Amino acid sequence: MTTLSREETDALIAEVLEVYPEKAKKDRTKHLASNDVSVEQSKKCITSNRKSLPGVMTIRGCAYAGSKGVVWGPIKDMIHISHGPVGCGQYSRAGRRNYYVGTTGVDTFGTMNFTSDFQEKDIVFGGDKKLAKLIEEVEQLFPLHKGISVQSECPIGLIGDDIESVSKKAAAVLDKPVVPVRCEGFRGVSQSLGHHIANDAIRDWVLDKRDGQPFESTPYDVAIIGDYNIGGDAWATRILLEEMGLRVTAQWSGDGTIAEMMNTPKVKLNLLHCYRSMNYISRHMEEKYGIPYLEYNFFGPTKIVESCRKIAAFFDDTVKAKTEAMIARYQPMMDEIIAKYKPRLEGKKVMLYVGGLRPRHVIGAYEDLGMEVIGTGYEFGHNDDYDRTIKEMGDATLLYDDVTGFELEEFVKRLKPDMVGSGIKEKYIFQKMGIPLRQMHSWDYSGPYHGYDGFAIFARDMDIALSNPTFKNLVPPWKKVAEEDVKKAA
Amino acid sequence: MAKLRQCAIYGKGGIGKSTTTQNLVAALAESGKKVMIVGCDPKADSTRLILHSKAQTTVMHLAAEAGSVEDLELEDVLSVGFGGIKCVESGGPEPGVGCAGRGVITAINFLEEEGAYDEDLDFVFYDVLGDVVCGGFAMPIRENKAQEIYIVCSGEMMAMYAANNISKGIVKYANSGGVRLAGLICNSRNTDREDELIMALAARLGTTMIHFVPRDNAVQHAEIRRMTVIEYDPKHKQADEYRQLAAKIVNNTNFVIPTPIEMEELEDLLMEFGIMEAEDESIVGKTAADLAA
Repeated sequence: MTTLSREETDALIAEVLEVYPEKAKKDRTKHLASNDVSVEQSKKCITSNRKSLPGVMTIRGCAYAGSKGVVWGPIKDMIHISHGPVGCGQYSRAGRRNYYVGTTGVDTFGTMNFTSDFQEKDIVFGGDKKLAKLIEEVEQLFPLHKGISVQSECPIGLIGDDIESVSKKAAAVLDKPVVPVRCEGFRGVSQSLGHHIANDAIRDWVLDKRDGQPFESTPYDVAIIGDYNIGGDAWATRILLEEMGLRVTAQWSGDGTIAEMMNTPKVKLNLLHCYRSMNYISRHMEEKYGIPYLEYNFFGPTKIVESCRKIAAFFDDTVKAKTEAMIARYQPMMDEIIAKYKPRLEGKKVMLYVGGLRPRHVIGAYEDLGMEVIGTGYEFGHNDDYDRTIKEMGDATLLYDDVTGFELEEFVKRLKPDMVGSGIKEKYIFQKMGIPLRQMHSWDYSGPYHGYDGFAIFARDMDIALSNPTFKNLVPPWKKVAEEDVKKAA
Repeated sequence: MAKLRQCAIYGKGGIGKSTTTQNLVAALAESGKKVMIVGCDPKADSTRLILHSKAQTTVMHLAAEAGSVEDLELEDVLSVGFGGIKCVESGGPEPGVGCAGRGVITAINFLEEEGAYDEDLDFVFYDVLGDVVCGGFAMPIRENKAQEIYIVCSGEMMAMYAANNISKGIVKYANSGGVRLAGLICNSRNTDREDELIMALAARLGTTMIHFVPRDNAVQHAEIRRMTVIEYDPKHKQADEYRQLAAKIVNNTNFVIPTPIEMEELEDLLMEFGIMEAEDESIVGKTAADLAA
């Protein structure tokens, strides 16, 4: 298929929106755009971070998901209490494959669900007494935990439980951090506000707790910010940074600990991968501690090389030399992978629809394999995300913000990509349409995809999906017969 | 057997809802009616004059002790007092915590599920917290609950504001269900031309002042003894007032969708009766210093 011109893309958007009522059409038009690489500020072409329309089947999450599920949840040596009724915690338990090292239930708690399991009486009489009791029991049962976070579910905001005072009291008794997080699900338009609230809670209750305490620094200390170690992503990242001669003193928050967080204000540079979910705390550390942050991209060799050199430029010549040596060492491996997969993947078109950083960060990795991203969009991005996306995407490609179920299906039908990269909610819709789909939230239970090691797996996974013979055999027997009849008749 | 009538008593806080309700219910019981009171206020003071108790143990407190409302039996929460009146208090948290509105919802659902509204009852009276601050306190007037609303008010400005606001709330539920305004009960504060004023307000709201309850110390004398006037001093003339009110409610058929009035209309009415003075627009927003200058 040929690439669309700007006029064709605009016409496609208008055509797809045709079925909407006037008001919905007006709203959705603002969230869809054909990419114009000459535009500097995305606000001129696309609107984002607005309330979703009722009935459109948005796949957005809530503030609780952003805080408990994304930012806080992976901090492995803390116990994250889902404060409220049981469902929020139970159905988000261990869903995100944030890998970690440790003995679950002893010194790490990542895949466990702790909840205050609200009953009617807790709503009526308030849940603060129960929360205090729960924290007491947590301390008795899991004495090796290093701190507690209280993740508010919706009712907490309605009944006005004073979780701050319970947390303060408990922290004094336990002599461990107890962090109240006001991430009630009804707040904001998506999980994005939850990220922000979680960042603010870290800023207010965690970050400065070791200020002034001795710390053996090196000039090479960095923190990985915004890597949730999905399928081991942060590990694949960390080994590269270490090979460059850097010392990674903190991982935020995949396989991370609260002590690492408290020591982060001592690093020389913060390396920010998922800008959307952790730019807030990075900015704060820059303002308060003067620690610069650097956005990097570890998807695919081109971006990895670019990012590593950008990072190395911040340090001395030893780091630069080691970085070049590392790049030289991995290049043949990458060439080999590309030589193997590119012939099969070359020219294949991809449409993406994910969250966080991936709608723009994985484009380079696809391009390394000779593939092309013809449409992309964010579930809960803001305009600063789209600012960064415009330059990554080809001219007149399709951008869709908080895309609706209907729109995404229609776009895929018209643009006919060879594969879609999105989530579990999209997977079977598109696969039944005969289009391979790789989950780009969970790496389809594979991964890691970050770093050089990750690229090898990424390339293999895309090949698995695209070269899968299943999709050639999707026509059911009765339709085949019909087709043959037509042929015979002709 | 007559159909069960469910009535809710609303009105500004402190206006005397609980006292009026209990005296009224006592009068009804005296006349042979089978009545139940459901207190919908975390303060739980809607049944004390009937039960001669400080505060009845409430549904929500018992539920909290037992674990949940499912663990309760009807007889745990239902007490019987003067004249065979059945008493229930929904209960709720102390001020400042939790959600009292949810307590009302839970308690009323529990009563329904447990069959508290049994067939030989003639009347159920819901005595509701002064301000309908959230959906929970509107529970008694939702579908299949109270059909008749009585608003207790007096000739004071804020009481009348409240009556008008409550009428607005009734309109909302009246349009979707069967709830109707059944009348204003004037609990006198001895203000000037109080009866005329409340009758005028009632007319504007599309209803009537069903009874004018004069102020009388007998009510307080009875209350100190945690009794209704009906029980404490049945021969007192104040007891007859409540008997009249009871009789009027028994015979009441004037149930309307209220026509709440605009703020200006209400203020005009108050000015007409000299409760409020005409506003001097020239002094609005001026400090004492401004005015002195």
